[in-house]
This record gives sequence, structure tokens and C-alpha cells, in this order.
Amino acid sequence: MAAVTVGPPPARRRGRRHLPVWHVLWIIVAGAYFLVPIISLVQFSFGGLVNGHSAGFHWYATVFADPNFRSSFWLSVQIAIETVVLSNLLLIPTTFWIHLRLPRLRPVMDFVSVLPFVVPPIVLIVGLIPFLTPFTFLYSRPEVLAFIYVVFALPFLYRSLDAGLRAINLRTLAEASANCGGSTWSTLVRVVLPNLRSAVIVGSFLTVAIAMGEFTISSLLSFNTFPVYLFNIGQTTGNEAAALSVISLLLTWALMVSLYLVGRGGRTTAQVAATR
Amino acid sequence: METAQAPGAVRSDAPATTGAGARAVRWRPGGLRWLGVVPLTAYLAFFLIIPAGELVVDAFRTPNGAFTLGNVSTIFQAQYLSSFGASLELSALAALLGGVLGLLAASAIVHPSAPRLIRSSVTTFSGMAANFAGVPLAFAFTSTLGATGVITVAFRHAGISLAAINPNATTLGLALVYNYFEFPLMLLLLVPALDGLKREWREAAANLGAGGFTYWRTVAFPILLPSLLGAMVLLFGGAFSAYATAYALSGSTGNLVTELIGNLTNGNITVDPQLAYALAFGMMIIITLLMVVYYLLQRRASRWLR
Repeated sequence: MAAVTVGPPPARRRGRRHLPVWHVLWIIVAGAYFLVPIISLVQFSFGGLVNGHSAGFHWYATVFADPNFRSSFWLSVQIAIETVVLSNLLLIPTTFWIHLRLPRLRPVMDFVSVLPFVVPPIVLIVGLIPFLTPFTFLYSRPEVLAFIYVVFALPFLYRSLDAGLRAINLRTLAEASANCGGSTWSTLVRVVLPNLRSAVIVGSFLTVAIAMGEFTISSLLSFNTFPVYLFNIGQTTGNEAAALSVISLLLTWALMVSLYLVGRGGRTTAQVAATR
Repeated sequence: METAQAPGAVRSDAPATTGAGARAVRWRPGGLRWLGVVPLTAYLAFFLIIPAGELVVDAFRTPNGAFTLGNVSTIFQAQYLSSFGASLELSALAALLGGVLGLLAASAIVHPSAPRLIRSSVTTFSGMAANFAGVPLAFAFTSTLGATGVITVAFRHAGISLAAINPNATTLGLALVYNYFEFPLMLLLLVPALDGLKREWREAAANLGAGGFTYWRTVAFPILLPSLLGAMVLLFGGAFSAYATAYALSGSTGNLVTELIGNLTNGNITVDPQLAYALAFGMMIIITLLMVVYYLLQRRASRWLR
């Protein structure tokens, strides 16, 4: 910290010319911390020898030729879509209703949206297994994952929607809509929802990121989702697992970049929603 | 005017959609609007609250359903205490690393002379890095610092062993992996707090003769401390409850509480349910305590930084 030597009077002008050396060093160290593992991963995904030749895109080709890759990836995509639809159906009307008619519940919702952190996946699954076992029709199908992921998506989607609703003057919009003869339902669908578009999209992308990357629950319930498939490959072929990880990383980044582009119109806060 | 009514008191056969609820409100502005929160409440009850609650109850029950303290006392056996110890040690290391690295990097990018471009690109990239976790992250670090990792091999050629930070076998290595997503999270949490430091405070300190270091030690750091500690508590909790990354790195040999629960639960059936309940219950207690500390620190932090 001693490097922050901003002298008294012309502090800002002097400081503007050069960034203290220590700070430049820190930014470089931090950059290396993030880039080196990715570079190593990419290097591994092209690594090894195949029939005496360097591998090139061999591992990527192997991945894409594997029917298990396609089926596990498709399963994860399906579950992600189901999670997004379910969580939006549940949360958009409820958040809207709370803002409009039950504002006193907002602190309660803030508390509720913290609960999934108190009960992390590895804890929740211990309680869920005995509880869900009797509901065989749900428990035996992969759709059960979507129902569980809604719980983990709740804090992120709720916060996104809550911030979106705070940013618009809901009361005025609702009154204007009522004066024009609109019911509460049409106020939600035709007036509020268009204003919430970027909040819904941002929250939904985060939900996709959660559902596509979730490993704990799906592996412990023995469903072959994409992260579970990736883990299993990693137990046998390191290079192929590296190639798969690169694919997964690129997908996450594509999600985050599009999220950033959507959010740019309004808030530009970065979003964090991975499951660990 | 408003007659509050418990959601439970509502007729269960009434339509639960907001649309119907909304029309109902017009002729009866009382309790029916609570119907709007019934779907979410019911959903969370089914998938979160009842399973978690049952877990807590089951932690105090024998397989026959009789009350017992036996399960919970089991986790005080040396073997399980060492698991909790390992998890807590890992979380403390990860939080400490994240706290120090995050503060240094955050203060570098909010520095008035830092170009705008650095700031925006660092925060954007942090958002991406913080979302890179779980199994792929584990493989990335195995290819970097694992036994045959790129960096490990390079250092070995130079005669330096990196075995002390092997992510597949050491706590420090695992803490480094966790910091891949925790450090950027710290950065994202701290940048707003650092922005909240008013320039007037720095000027006032300078007018009183304080240099850069004195200003940091006596003004900025005390004001930032609750935010810093609060963010570190979040990192601690994140590392404590993480499972996927650790499991992908160490396989079934890991000794963390989360890995232990995973091993007990693997394969659709719980091998020793009573022990799993008790361990999960222990984790919930620790995380709840962390949340209370976080809440108190948040309150403290908001006093100066709004």
C-alpha cells in the first residue's frame, strides 16, 4: 500500500500521468493467474501423440464423434431450458405481485433469496433423496434436476427481476394501465414485461449457466449430464477432457458475453452464478 | 387498512394465479392478495424448506425414528472433526488469499491514474472468470499445476518443485484453484466499496499532513474493513460449501466434509444416512453462523459507504 503516494496539492494531476509500478505489477500478476490455466488447458487439448503424429484437433474430433457427448450435452440443454421456463413462470408473476401489492414482503424475499446459499447443493441433496424417493414419477426422470435447479437459480433471477422492477415506476405504470381498463394480468404481460426484458434475459442467462454447469446434484442422482460426462472422461483420457473443458469454457464465455451485451443498456454489473 | 393474513389461512381451493388473484383484490382488498405468493411458497416448501427441515430433524433420529443425540455426537469423533478442520482450513486459506489479492488488485484498478479501459476490461473479465468453476476448472488447474502440468514441468526443468501447490493433493493448491473464481468475486465486491471512499476524505487527511500510507492506515482501511471482512466471509462460505471442484481434483480420496457427504450419498442411495444427515446439519450450522457474521458486517459497512 505504501506505493500509493499521492502527494497533497496537485494530487490528481500528478497521479494521472503514471500508475504506480506496484499497481501495474499487480494487474500483470492477476492477468497471468487467469490466463495461464486457460493456456495450459488449450495446450493439453492439442497435446499428446496419435499414431506417432501430433494430435492437432484429434481430441476435438473424438469428442464430437462420441454419441455420449451429444446425448449428455443435449440432456443438459433440455434441463437448462426447463429450468429457465419454470423459474421465470414462478418468479416473474410473484416478484411483480410483491412489488405491486405486497411491498412489505420484500425484506422477506431478500431473506428467502439467501436460503439457497445456507443450504448448498451437497447439503440439500442429502435431504432431497429421502424426501423425493416416494415421488417415483418425478424422482426417476431427469426433469427432477430442472425442478431442483430452480431453487439454485432463485437468488440470481429474483435479484435481477427485483432490480428491474425497482428501476421502473411500477405504481405509475400500473395506475396508467388500470385507467386504460387493463386488468392486473394485462398490466403484467403488456406493460411491465416489455420493460423488464433485459432483467428477464440477464436472469435467464445466469440460470442457463447454473443449469449447464451443475455437477453435484446430477452426479449424486446418477444422471449423465454434460458436467458428469466431462468428469467421467477426465477419469480416463486427460487430453480429451481438456478439449471438452475448452468447449465448455467457450460456451460459458459466449453466455457471459451476450449477457454483458444485453445488460449494457442498463446496469453493467458483472454477474456471478456458477455452481462450485 | 391492510389486514395481514397468514398465507396458510388462505382457502386452498382458490385459484392461485396472479391474474385471478388480482381481480379478487378489487372486491376484497383484504387477505386474498396473499394468494399471489402461494405458488412460490409452495414450491420452495417442497424443494427446499421441507427437505432441509427434514434433514435437521433426521439428524436427531435413529433409523427407527426415535430421538437421539448419537448421530450428532458421531461427528465429534476425531475422523469427522478432522474433515471439518480440513474444510475450515481450506476455506480460511481461500478467503485470506482472495482478500489480500482482491484488495491489492481492486485498489490498483480504481486508482485515479488507472486507464478507464483497464477498469472496464478487468471487471468484465472478472465476471467471466468468476463463472469458470467446477469440473472444467479442475481440469484446467490439473493441466497447469498438476503432476504433469505445464507450469509444474517448466519449473521442474529449472529445478524447482511445485509439489507444495499441487491442486490434486494439497490444501494450498486447492485454495489456489478456488481463488480462480473467488479472487474475481472479491474484486467485484470490493470495487464498489473502494469507489465509496470519498475524495474529500483523502484531501482532508492530506490537509492534516497525512501521506499516502497514513491515509490508508488511519482512514481508508478502517472504513473498508467491514466490507473487506464481509466479502471474505462470503468467500469462506463459498469455499466451505464447494464440492464439484474439489471432487474433480482429488477423486474419492478427499477428506473435506463435502467430499465425505458425497461419498456417503453416491449412487442414488445414501450409504449411512444418519451420518450424512449429521454432517450436513453441521455444515448448515456453520454456514448459518457465517451468514449472521456477514449480516452484521454489512450493517457496519453501510454506515460509511452508501
